[in-house]
Amino acid sequence: MRIWLMHHRQAAALVLRQFARAPVATFLTMLVIGVSLSLPTGLYSLLKNVNELARMARGEPQITLVLAANASSGAIDALQAHLQKRSDIAEIRFISRAQALQELNKNAGLGDITAGLEKNPLPDIFTIRPAHREVESIVRLQKELQALPKVDAALLDEAWVRRLEALLGLGQKAVLILAMLLGFALVAITGNTIRLQILSAREEIEVSKLIGATDPFVRRPFLYHGALQGLCGGLLAWAIVVATFQLLNGNVRILADLYSLDFHLTLPDARDILGLLLFAALLGWLGAFLSVGRHLREIEPH
Amino acid sequence: MISFSQVSKRFPGGFEALRDVTFTIEAGEMAFVTGHSGAGKSTLLKLIAAIETPSSGSVVVNGQNVGKMSRAAVPYLRRNVGLVFQDHKLLFNRTAFENVMLPLHIAGFEPTEGAKRVRAALDKVGLLNREKAFPVALSGGEQQRLCIARAIVNRPSILLADEPTGNLDANYAHDILEMFKSFNQVGVTIVIATPDPSAARDWNARLLTLDHGVLTP
Repeated sequence: MRIWLMHHRQAAALVLRQFARAPVATFLTMLVIGVSLSLPTGLYSLLKNVNELARMARGEPQITLVLAANASSGAIDALQAHLQKRSDIAEIRFISRAQALQELNKNAGLGDITAGLEKNPLPDIFTIRPAHREVESIVRLQKELQALPKVDAALLDEAWVRRLEALLGLGQKAVLILAMLLGFALVAITGNTIRLQILSAREEIEVSKLIGATDPFVRRPFLYHGALQGLCGGLLAWAIVVATFQLLNGNVRILADLYSLDFHLTLPDARDILGLLLFAALLGWLGAFLSVGRHLREIEPH
Repeated sequence: MISFSQVSKRFPGGFEALRDVTFTIEAGEMAFVTGHSGAGKSTLLKLIAAIETPSSGSVVVNGQNVGKMSRAAVPYLRRNVGLVFQDHKLLFNRTAFENVMLPLHIAGFEPTEGAKRVRAALDKVGLLNREKAFPVALSGGEQQRLCIARAIVNRPSILLADEPTGNLDANYAHDILEMFKSFNQVGVTIVIATPDPSAARDWNARLLTLDHGVLTP
């Protein structure tokens, strides 16, 4: 165990020495990885911001439950009791059909027309304010309410909530695809730099094998190289996103002021950053692992 | 102990380097393998160090059948077999000290304990005052001695040397062989491949003669 730890420490130290020996080349490779990763990272953070902005601009989302014409007062009471129990609903308001007709008469001055009607054509309704404001949870709530007995329709009064949801879904998928493609690129970039490392260390690998080096021993520095390179690339991606957002924020504030909104781009949070760094290090490691696996067996002492 | 029984080695392309070779070298013995160039001396040494595997027959080193050994087990065999090469195979981007340290580093020695052993090995081959020198700064004979220091630093039970005196003048060659003799006296099994059989007679050592891959009595 102590030997194992020592070997790891030595491998890491060796990689740092390699980085120090060729700082420009190392930095350029990391920069390529950083730029590649900054695209999906930046886009992801931007989407989060757009979602936030949409929430602010929209005001209170509201669902209107249109009840069936034949709903008895008992059924309505039962429904009201059910709605009050739900934790995903913040507030409900009941508007009876009589009340609605009265308001219609009063507000719209349609008294003459409505007076001519044989019976009240309006339904009873509940207006509901959801407890959560995320688009997905509102849409889920709407679907669940739609399925309740004696409910004719659950109307989400803003159709654009759905449009936004669709757009955000599209954006998320685009980010995912971009992340995957650039993830492949990262693996390929790492694989290539590791291949060059292996070729330049060919003699050393051969001699090490002749004097009893195991495969894991030979492989270890290369894996460290890949993982560290990926990690540093991830850090650079983070730096690029932070710098870009800071640059954009001045303009965003001016724009938000024009719409009387208190809004600015928020930077990725700690969880996102951790995810980014882990992703980058893991892909770097994977690239190195694949490359080492391919090339190491070719180097056997003769 | 090294034991060959009916060992043949054919290379891809059909060249037969060794044919039906059988012999045993006891632990602590010193043996010379001679023969003309291309007689199979190097191949014989490579079979012992698991650098090549036999096409048929069995090679047993310290009780282990080398030909049937798993890939993962080979490094542990090699840690017990010191190798001295004609072309030294030193790493030119490392100092003499670091070159000799490498086998200990691989075997997982503590740096302080390792450094003691490295200095002891360099002392044995007379290079203690050159530990900070890079191999390019060393003469051919010094490089060969450095290679020997690296081979013995791990205190292997077997030492294999492939034409260790090939490029050296007679005096130097004598010193090197003297060195091998002293290792043999502390119990190390030594196998030296050399085209010149006279050394074996001088040292009164075991002599294996190869002729076109066949062991001649």
